[in-house]
Parts: sequence; C-alpha cells; structure tokens
Amino acid sequence: MEKYYHSVTLDVDKCKGCTNCLKQCPTQAIRVRDGKAKIIKERCIDCGVCISVCPYHAKKAITDSLSELDKFEYKVALPAPALYGQFPKVNDINKILNALLGIGFDDCFEVAKGAEVVTNRTKELIKSGELMDITISSACPAVLRLISVRFPNLLNNVLPIKPPIEVAAYMARQEAVKKTGLSEDKIGLFFITPCPAKATSIKNPLSVAKSGIDGVISIKDVYLKLAHKINSDSPPKNLQSAGFYGVSWANVGGEAEALEEGKYIAVDGIHNVINILEAVENEKLDDISFIEALACPGGCVGGPLTVENNYVAKSRIKETAKKLPKTKFSEDVDYNVLWEKPMEYNPIMNLDEDIFTAIQKASEIDKIYKGLPGLDCGSCGSPSCKCLAEDIVRNMASETDCIFKLREKVKTLSNEMNTLSKNLKG
Amino acid sequence: MDKSIVLKYDVDGNDFSLAGEASSSVKKVLLSLGFDPEIIRKVSIALYEGEMNMVIHANGGVITVEISPEEIHMLLEDTGPGIEDIELAMQEGYSTASDKVRELGFGAGMGLSNMKKYSDVFIITSEVNKGTRVEMVVKNKQ
Ligand SMILES: Nc1ncnc2c1ncn2[C@@H]1O[C@H](COP(=O)(O)OP(=O)(O)OP(=O)(O)O)[C@@H](O)[C@H]1O
Ligand code: SF4
Ligand SMILES: [Mg+2]
Repeated sequence: MEKYYHSVTLDVDKCKGCTNCLKQCPTQAIRVRDGKAKIIKERCIDCGVCISVCPYHAKKAITDSLSELDKFEYKVALPAPALYGQFPKVNDINKILNALLGIGFDDCFEVAKGAEVVTNRTKELIKSGELMDITISSACPAVLRLISVRFPNLLNNVLPIKPPIEVAAYMARQEAVKKTGLSEDKIGLFFITPCPAKATSIKNPLSVAKSGIDGVISIKDVYLKLAHKINSDSPPKNLQSAGFYGVSWANVGGEAEALEEGKYIAVDGIHNVINILEAVENEKLDDISFIEALACPGGCVGGPLTVENNYVAKSRIKETAKKLPKTKFSEDVDYNVLWEKPMEYNPIMNLDEDIFTAIQKASEIDKIYKGLPGLDCGSCGSPSCKCLAEDIVRNMASETDCIFKLREKVKTLSNEMNTLSKNLKG
Repeated sequence: MDKSIVLKYDVDGNDFSLAGEASSSVKKVLLSLGFDPEIIRKVSIALYEGEMNMVIHANGGVITVEISPEEIHMLLEDTGPGIEDIELAMQEGYSTASDKVRELGFGAGMGLSNMKKYSDVFIITSEVNKGTRVEMVVKNKQ
C-alpha cells in the first residue's frame, strides 16, 4: 500500500475548476491547476469536506462495490450506527439489518457493539490514571490525521484505543467461524460506512498493523437497494443486539455521553475541531477531561457518504436508541484493544528540513505575500494569497498565476512596447 | 541572506473574539519552519498568555516575534495602565481580573508565572499609566 493512499479522489471530468473545495479544505490540500482541482496527497486527511461542498459532485470517495462479496463464502455486513438514521419512517434497526441480508449478506454484526467494548475499555483506562488530564477521542480518523499534521503536541492526549470497527471486526470473525465452521479466510467482513476517512484507514491503518476488514462499502452505494428491501412485509429475524450507548455513537456526543462521568466537550465539524484543539494546546480547558472530536457536522451521522440530512438522521437515531437498553455491554473479548503502533508527528507543513533554509524560505514567502493584492480570491488556484506565496517558494506556482500580477506585468510590457515603437519612429 | 524572520502583530484590545490570533499564527509559522513540537509548545503557551494579558488588562498592544535557528525572541509592548507591584503580579494566583473576565475562564492569576516558566529568558518592566513591556526568549535545543 502506498504511503499516502486516499479514499477521497477527484472525478476529473466533472471538475469545473471552481474554488469551492479550495477554500474549505482544512489542511489547504487542494489546488486548481490547468482548470482542474488537484489534491496534494501528503496533506489530505480524508475528512471529505470537499465531497460535501462540491456543487458538481466531482469529489468522491473510493470504496468497494458489492461484487467484492463474491470473493468470499460467508459474507458479514458490519453496519456503522449512522446507517440506522438513513431511512424515513424506519425506527426499527432489525428491519435495516434484515435488509442487509436481502442484498447478499449472510449475516450482520453491528459496529455499535465494538463501540460498546471501546467505551468499557476507555472507562477502565481513565480509572487507571494512566491517561493525560485531557483525553481526546481516537474514533475519528480524519481528526487523528489532523492532529498528526497540525497538533504534534496533542499526540499524547489521544486515547490509545483502536476504533470500534476493528474491535467489531475481530468479534464478527470469531462469531462467524463459530457459526459456520469455515476457516477465517473464507469469511468476508464488509464495513458499511458513512466515512471516507475510515475507508482510508481500512486500506492504510493508523493504529493497527493490518485491518480486520475485507471491504468497505459506502452507505450511499447501497442505500436504494436497502430501501427496496426494507419495505418487504416478512417479519424480521432478530439480528439486533447493540444497546443505547453503542448506537448513540452515531451522533456527536454519543461516545462522551457513554462514559457517564467527567466533564466533556463534544465538538463536530472540522473547523470547530481545530478551534477546540487550539484551546487544548493553550491549556485553557482545565476542568475538561474528555474531548470527543468529530470531523463531520453532527458526527458520523453527517458523514460525506450518507444520504439523509444529518439533522433528520440525528433525531431518528435518538428515537431509535431510546428504545434500546442502557445495559452495559458485558461480553468480554480476549482482544487487545490498545493501539499496535503509536501515532507519529507527520511534519508535512515543513518548508524545509533545515531550519536555517526554512527561515529563508519563510522570509521569501513574506516578501512575495506583501506584493500580492491580499484578496484571497482563489483565481490563481491556491486557496489564499499567503498560500500562493508559499506555493511559489515551493516551486509549485509562479507569481503570474495571480491575475492581478499578470495584469500589472502586461501593462508594463505594453508601456515598454509603446516607448520602443515611438523610438523607432523617431 | 536573512538569518531570522520577524513577525509583527497589532493586538486589538477591543475585540475579544480575535484574542489568541497572534500566538496561533506564530505556532503555525514555527510548525512550517520545522521546530521541535516541545519548543513550539513553550512558545505558544507563553505567547498566548502574554497576548491575553494585553487584551484583558492593557487594551491591546504590539507583539514582535523574531525567529532564528537559535532562539525565538518575543517582545510584547503595550501602553496600558501598567503594573504597580510586579513582584505581587508575578505570584501564582494573584489577579485583578474582573468577575466578567473570570466568567470567560481567565483570571486564575497563572498567566505571568506560566510565561516565566515556559521561557528561558523573561524580563518584565512596567510603569503605571505608561505601559508594560515583556521580553521572552525560548532557546531552541540544538
Ligand atoms: N499587560 C498588562 N498590563 C497591565 N496589567 C497586567 C498586564 N499583565 C498582567 N497584569 C496584571 O498582573 C496580574 C496577573 O497577571 P496573570 O497573567 O498572572 O494573571 P491573570 O491575567 O489575572 O489571570 P490568568 O492569566 O490566569 O487568566 C493581572 O491580574 C493584572 O493585574
Ligand atoms: S466524523 Fe465520523 S464520518 Fe466524519 S470523518 Fe470522522 S469518523 Fe468519518
Ligand atoms: Mg493573564
């Protein structure tokens, strides 16, 4: 797997080269060059903001197709709890899980159950006193990637527990082996997800050496198929077992609420997350012990690969979860939920490896920036004037990419031509 | 050839929502220059506290930061009310912050002592009704 594999990619044919995504990208990873957007791989954190804001639907997430199921003898769907809020008038999780069987899966395993295990282990870790004063949730991979490129000082604050999907994958495989007697490799585990960042993390894991998931399927891609199956009248088989807390992880605040004690902040939306992380860095949140930070508006329920409006889905999930027991998930798994590898600082914002050279480049940037109009119009293809100045120094752009600079230059040139031609006549 | 880079910020004393912008910007620059995260942490906390003091107690001021491979030099100057008894102000827990400011989460009286703690050089001078000048240096570990 290449180091910077990404689920988020561009559909070149659909891209009109506008500046919508350019402006919104939280890590300034997008440039428009030759009339098309380009994603700088090193900088992309797969938050999917560009997917949500592109009016031409030119940004997409690469996920697997349902045909991948054919590679396995026994196929298990692992639906993220966000799926439960997607269908109008459906407040019965069982109906949705049964619909998954209707589109080709042999069984389901709710990711919400993995979330419950994560909650239990988080509580234990907090009690053990081994964590920092402020613990930041590790559930959202886009936020983790953001921290690794922009907040190196907060790496130690991140909860060193694997994401619910990896825990669920382990449990699901064990269960499937027990049920079928098949060997592990004959069993295909498919994550039904709202999230490109998680799709990336399956192929290119952050905290495990290798993911336990065999394929990632976007909620969008199976939405219609599932919707057709849900309305069938056959009484649903009972496949549902996750409780209130696990299911509530779909909405922002769900994970923090499940901890049942300590003061917390639950923040959603990548730009809001950045603000809160800044506050943690400045040591200004002293009475807070837990921070749940999710890149998407509303939490995973607002993931870029969902269909339903996130406010609508949120209220539906609340209704659905209300009916579920608040019992603690007690099933114990003999699985190491702790990170297999530490998160590392990824200094991609560096201008140069050598500080001395970097300083020179920075003052160069400053000089160029002072000569730019400061309109941040984006016409040059960089998200801001400051960024263009940086791109110029990084040899990724030139000053005349700025249309105002170009105009200036053309004017001077034509003036010079005028004088020259006068000289000719004289 | 420039051996250092100088950043200058006018800190607005009237708009509390802008407070913290200078230290946040310096932090970004230090990241792009490749400084060690630990150094960046010291600078950003010290500077943030100084910036906040300017906004809360002195109605704004000017911050000048000079960054070289050896050290980060910070100068904070304001023309606010000044500090009568610096020794007292430096004490942990001493604060003249109003209740209003305390409601916003400030006024624990920890700012100045943290600035001293996180910097390698810390010099504060002040004159009542004239203003306050704080000079801080964080040395880069080589
Ligand atoms: N720039 C300044 N101008 C005038 N007075 C100041 C200035 N900086 C600090 N002071 C005075 O020194 C006191 C102590 O400052 P310090 O930063 O330690 O605490 P604080 O600002 O009151 O609270 P905290 O920083 O914990 O939010 C302040 O309450 C204020 O009276
Ligand atoms: S909030 Fe949820 S859906 Fe959005 S990026 Fe994070 S993990 Fe993915
Ligand atoms: Mg203070």
